[in-house]
Amino acid sequence: MDYFFELFLGGLTRGSIYALIALGYTMVYGIVQLINFAHGEIYMIGAFTALIVISVLTMLGWNQIAILLIAAGAAVVYSSAYGYTMEKIAYKPLRQAPRLSALISAIGMSLFLQNYVLLAQTSDFLPFPALIPDFEFMEPIAHIIGSPELVILITTTIVMVLLTFLIKFTKIGKAMRATAQDRDMAQLVGVDVNRVISVTFIIGSATAAIGGVLIASHIGQINFYIGFIAGIKAFVAAVLGGIGSIPGAVLGSLVLGWTESFFTGYISSDYEDVFAFVFLVLILIFRPAGILGRSTSEKV
Amino acid sequence: MKNRLGQFLIVAVVFAFMAAGTAMAADTIKLGVAGPHSGDLASYGIPTIKAAELVVKDINAKGGVLGRQVELLVEDDVCKPEVATNTATKLVSEGVHVVLGHICSGATKAALGIYKDSNIPVMSPSATNPALTQSGDYPNFFRTIASDDAQARLEVDFALDVLKLKKIAVLHDKGDYGKGLAEFAKAFLEKDPRAEVVFYEGITPGAVDYSAVVQKIKKSGAEAVIFGGYHPEASKIVTQMRKKRMDTIFISDDGVKDDTFIKVAQKYAEGVYATGPKDVSSNPMAIAANEAHKKAYGADPGAFYLNAYSAAIALLNAIEQAGSTDYAAVTNALRTKDVETPLGKIRFDDRGDAIGVGFSMYQVKDGAYVELK
Amino acid sequence: MWIEIETPMLANELKKSFLASLWFMFLTFPIMVIRVNTVEKIIQWRWANLFFVGIGSFILSALWRYLIRRKEQGIHRTEVDGIARVTLSQRLLGDRRFTIPALIITTIAALVFPFVFSIYQTNIMITALIYVMLGLGLNIVVGLAGLLDLGYVAFYAVGAYSYALLNYHFGLGFWTVLGIGGGLAAMFGIILGFPVLRLRGDYLAIVTLGFGEIIRLILENWNAFSFGPSGIANIPRPGLFGIDLDIEQATIYVYFLMIAMTLFTIFVVNRLQNSRIGRAWIALREDEVACQSMGIDKRKTKLMAFALGATWAGFAGVVFAAKTTFINPASFTIWESINVLCVVVLGGMGSIVGVIVGAFILILLPEYLRFLSEYRMLAFGTVLVMMMVFRPGGIVETVRRTYQYKETDH
Repeated sequence: MDYFFELFLGGLTRGSIYALIALGYTMVYGIVQLINFAHGEIYMIGAFTALIVISVLTMLGWNQIAILLIAAGAAVVYSSAYGYTMEKIAYKPLRQAPRLSALISAIGMSLFLQNYVLLAQTSDFLPFPALIPDFEFMEPIAHIIGSPELVILITTTIVMVLLTFLIKFTKIGKAMRATAQDRDMAQLVGVDVNRVISVTFIIGSATAAIGGVLIASHIGQINFYIGFIAGIKAFVAAVLGGIGSIPGAVLGSLVLGWTESFFTGYISSDYEDVFAFVFLVLILIFRPAGILGRSTSEKV
Repeated sequence: MKNRLGQFLIVAVVFAFMAAGTAMAADTIKLGVAGPHSGDLASYGIPTIKAAELVVKDINAKGGVLGRQVELLVEDDVCKPEVATNTATKLVSEGVHVVLGHICSGATKAALGIYKDSNIPVMSPSATNPALTQSGDYPNFFRTIASDDAQARLEVDFALDVLKLKKIAVLHDKGDYGKGLAEFAKAFLEKDPRAEVVFYEGITPGAVDYSAVVQKIKKSGAEAVIFGGYHPEASKIVTQMRKKRMDTIFISDDGVKDDTFIKVAQKYAEGVYATGPKDVSSNPMAIAANEAHKKAYGADPGAFYLNAYSAAIALLNAIEQAGSTDYAAVTNALRTKDVETPLGKIRFDDRGDAIGVGFSMYQVKDGAYVELK
Repeated sequence: MWIEIETPMLANELKKSFLASLWFMFLTFPIMVIRVNTVEKIIQWRWANLFFVGIGSFILSALWRYLIRRKEQGIHRTEVDGIARVTLSQRLLGDRRFTIPALIITTIAALVFPFVFSIYQTNIMITALIYVMLGLGLNIVVGLAGLLDLGYVAFYAVGAYSYALLNYHFGLGFWTVLGIGGGLAAMFGIILGFPVLRLRGDYLAIVTLGFGEIIRLILENWNAFSFGPSGIANIPRPGLFGIDLDIEQATIYVYFLMIAMTLFTIFVVNRLQNSRIGRAWIALREDEVACQSMGIDKRKTKLMAFALGATWAGFAGVVFAAKTTFINPASFTIWESINVLCVVVLGGMGSIVGVIVGAFILILLPEYLRFLSEYRMLAFGTVLVMMMVFRPGGIVETVRRTYQYKETDH
């Protein structure tokens, strides 16, 4: 039973890591209907920005908490700026183009950003300092769940609640929902669609940056490629939960985390990813729009 | 359309003439250098170019080989088998005499067939896949690094003879290098009655956490983990094991014997064992080679630098000894004549492995790898 | 229609470019200027980069806005005139005075190529031809049937491994396996096709991506079957009536083999495109519901697309294994799928000439730009984005087959 419980917690941590990235993915998809393939790269840039800020400030001898706050802030600001610029360059001119064109453009953006960081920084793995201290009150259960894991879990929950609140109850949220349903109609009734889409990308990128900093500090190392690997998994999770749905992204991520954890624990980690993908296919056969996705009926 | 075709033809013709031009540039000895010089594995390939440049500069200053100057032909293979065959054909069509490379085992295997058909001796500073020498398929292949099974043998012997362990978990990263090594370790352990393999699995490189695998190792009751793979995964696993308060011994390979591992895993790295090439820091030639690198490039040399330096010396020395660039004479010289290199005095056996090159066991003590005697 | 740039506008343009360059200097500041090495604990400041970014983005942003304006003008003109813009490439392709000499030149060039150029050039050309074949195969699935397949590399792997394994275990020759490889790949195409019949758009993309990964991971893990990550070496090159060929002759032989196979592929794909099933695919791509209501069996049509597309990948895989003589799972990653997809999209979806041009550009350019090798992926990404923004139809846009009623005098 203990073993089961530990695997459960392991899957929960893994799932909430996926969720932090999947949330931004799914939100952009929900509003713009675009697979933002470069979302993982925004996450990676967030982590790199934080690392650069931390290194510089540590050299200047600032105190730990100030560094942590400034680094996280810088990561959020820069990731949002990158997300905003990316949308303006690679997606905005393609609003009327076929979906496939936008996807290829996103793949191009992803390649560009990866190699941009590779060339401007390095191809090696860089150590990332542990930003979250080990809390005292966690000491008795530290061997089951560590402080960084706890912080990630809590952050994921907060981000999910905030995003849901934002979309359901604020004015911009209302505009977002209108844009998602029918872009032309929304424009007709006075919604500034360009602004809504920009805001969506900014918020999505900001969540990616938070994820980038927390996850990098949990894992302890980063390189230019982390965004791509994590991005693919987050994409799978978002589709599993029903892409476009915020609670769906979290649920999908947790389900994926648990699936992988239990499969590794009870069967074998050799085929962990194979099983994850087979599981995705099975779910989609029975629920073609994901677990929480609404299957829309065709309009003719 | 037409215009584009025209431009393409011009480019193609220019390149063809350039290729032809180098081929006709009189009688130099052509030393090919192939490996990843761009992309994410470039850091493994570039030190080899630098080593070759330094050796060649040195030898040319002393009058060259057989009175002829040595010319370097450097080609990138990005560590991909399909690119490596292009690289190899390019070198062959440029009339290369001997090749230093390739770096990755997969790329080396793909390229070797082409060199074999053209009777060109190849020496790798880093391709450790056992089949390269042991299969007998490549009589033209040599290397200045010990093969993976030698490394696995050392890890297993250390675990059984020195640490006297009974239950061992074997873990790998599903890669060419890591999995090959883990398979040898597993086979050696299974043959030995003193210990049993309680766990054998592969992990997915780049995953965000390995807690499930770590739990499973804990449940298996293993006293030690033998890991085949590279340092990014190793540091994640060691960190997670120690955070879960497991004191399982961690034994790993050359891919983990890297200072980045210690920097990433920090205090959790203490006590980790890793095999690595024998310490040659007291060898005067090695000291001189490292000094030359620092002088020329202003930095410490990178991965496989000394192996590449030795390979370049061995290849050029063999041509000198053989008195020509004839394939049979050169390979014979490599197998029969000793040569003094930064790795010590070496010669190659019938399969192409260097005699006198081996591994030692290292352990992390106070934040640094220390060779265990 | 002409837009003249007046002085106040010029000032405005300069201001916009200046703001853009400021923005990019801010954006790239941490990553371009500061380089940290947390292993050695070194921080490098590269202020010069900031300057280059500033200048570069100033010029590029002006160019960008100019191009965007030109593109919008083009769209505008089409709307006003009511006739579709015919691009240069389309005009050339439709003109016999151009196509026939071009074909003759291409044929001669293709025939003498291996005898004029070195074996290295020939080798690269073979790779490019393999990609032409892959591109044409994927074109059936993506370009004609409109099914986004991100796991196309799986079928390529099936072809390559079927040759390597059947040869290793049973000693089967290249020609025998060529058929078997294509057949096996088609079978895998149907296996993939079944579960994804109900899925559309992005769900389809992720499932096909998963399928590609599943095949690769199985090849990587199942040592007893596929020899795992260390791969299979010493795969024989294709034989020619039992004659022993040295490497140069073998390469030339494979080259002509590939030319023949490419011609065959072009012939078949061209016939398919204009056949009943080809039109069904195009109809399916345009509107699934309308297509079904016209009595087209959606299920059969989709499965046909997957199976036929996969077959070419299978053939290409067999040739690939025979050409490199060594394969391992690392050659069949998702990036390979993306590469082939880019060949199709860059060349022009649905256009055969386009795919051929796309394959040559994407494969030959990086080979000849080896001196720029570090920057090639960066350039590749940029080209993809630019292409989609400024020329979404690809290099050679397809002309929709249209039937016009023309009054003729009798």
